[in-house]
Amino acid sequence: MRVEPFDRANPDLSKRDSGSVKSVPPRVPGFYTLLRTEFTLAVRRRSDIVNPLLFFVTVLAMMPLGIGPEPEMLARMAAGLIWVMALLATLLSQESLFRGDYEDGSLEQLALQPQPLYFPVLAKVVVHWLVTGMPLALLSPLLGMMLNLGEAGYWPLFVSLALGTASLSLIGAVGAALTVALRRPGLLLALIIMPLYVPVLIFGTGAVQAALDGYGYGPQMAILGAILAAAAALAPLAAAGAIRISLEN
Amino acid sequence: MSWQWFHRLGSPRWFYQKTSVWLPWLGTASLLLLAVGIAWGLGFAPEDFKQGNSYRIIYIHVPAAFLALAGYYIMAICGAIGLIWKMKLSFVVMRAAAPIGAALTFIALFTGAVWGKPTWGTYWVWDARITSMLILFFLYLGVMALSGAFAREQSGDKASALLALVGTVNIPIIYKSVDWWFTLHQPATLKLTEASTIDPSMFYPLITMIAGFYLFYAWVLTLHTRSLILQREWRTQWVRELLGQSAPAAKV
Repeated sequence: MRVEPFDRANPDLSKRDSGSVKSVPPRVPGFYTLLRTEFTLAVRRRSDIVNPLLFFVTVLAMMPLGIGPEPEMLARMAAGLIWVMALLATLLSQESLFRGDYEDGSLEQLALQPQPLYFPVLAKVVVHWLVTGMPLALLSPLLGMMLNLGEAGYWPLFVSLALGTASLSLIGAVGAALTVALRRPGLLLALIIMPLYVPVLIFGTGAVQAALDGYGYGPQMAILGAILAAAAALAPLAAAGAIRISLEN
Repeated sequence: MSWQWFHRLGSPRWFYQKTSVWLPWLGTASLLLLAVGIAWGLGFAPEDFKQGNSYRIIYIHVPAAFLALAGYYIMAICGAIGLIWKMKLSFVVMRAAAPIGAALTFIALFTGAVWGKPTWGTYWVWDARITSMLILFFLYLGVMALSGAFAREQSGDKASALLALVGTVNIPIIYKSVDWWFTLHQPATLKLTEASTIDPSMFYPLITMIAGFYLFYAWVLTLHTRSLILQREWRTQWVRELLGQSAPAAKV
């Protein structure tokens, strides 16, 4: 059935008979609509928010059991441990980023829209960051305290995690999009995405370490911000391309 | 100038037939250069007054590290050409380049570790350049793993090409890492713009080895590409004729 293009300047509603209106898909959701939808969905699936956090806290609680409870040693390792665990928690939660939409076919619908796939991907990533990265960052000073991190490190740890996990979500989205058509992507996703996480990890822990050593941590934050800006511009493009490749499969 | 040659390159058959002529030349030239370079570098180049004979490992280490980095670019560029111009052959070259690059990265890491033991007193240090080389190794492994994960070959081609392109973001960081986190590793001794800090008597064999490694890389890449082409195109007429089978192979 041919659907007449809707002329905004000259809306002739009589042309669209009621029969064809039903078959026309609902209005293309804009960025904010999509954002709201995704956020509502994420909030309703509680486990998606709680599980990465629980993972983060549980694994960090294992660390002193493994390496010993000496406060000095924990203090030296705290920033790195928290950062690596935040990285793993983000990575593990990323696998399901596009999975549900791929399986129920709505990803295909998004890809068929006349508008670029960039914005839907960005909306999904923003929501992913809001429900994983942001809570991790908010929780990090508490864990820092438990791991005997110096007080000077709390603020940089929070800010670097908030900035850094946003980049991690964006970069990971590329991997999630590349592997969405595969049946069990878990380890493969980690293998292809981990190397790309390295710069974020280095500058994130670098910022905390600089603050603990009594130096300014502005440069590291600036670089983290630059990485985030570059990732926000480029990663959704790559992820959109990857989604189209996956849908061809 | 016409673009005919470029479009011809897209044909695996044309590539296969052309390279049959080039292969012996490439092979001979690379082996010759490598033989001269190894004999010169390991046998005749003077001993280093600080490191003694152990420095001689640079004649393997440096060319392998060069090629490991260049190989990633070659792989990514081939992937990009494949994605943009939908060229079949380009994806085949990309797939062929991945394991070769990974092997060269491993050689660079391994020789570095062997050199590090007498010089630094330890096989492994978490220094910036070694670490970024390790990350390069993981990038190669990721591309290889992803290209093999898809049941449909074309999807694997495109997905791993995209991953290779994304990975190129990390390559400038690998280059810059020496300046960023200068730790134990000495800064680069070979500089294109300034006079290098290495003596000419050690430098010429090194250049010979690098040239030899480049030719060797081209040779191995062509060989591997050819075998992948035969694997992919085994159903076509020209491959059957080449293998001397007129009728289709026994049905499985």
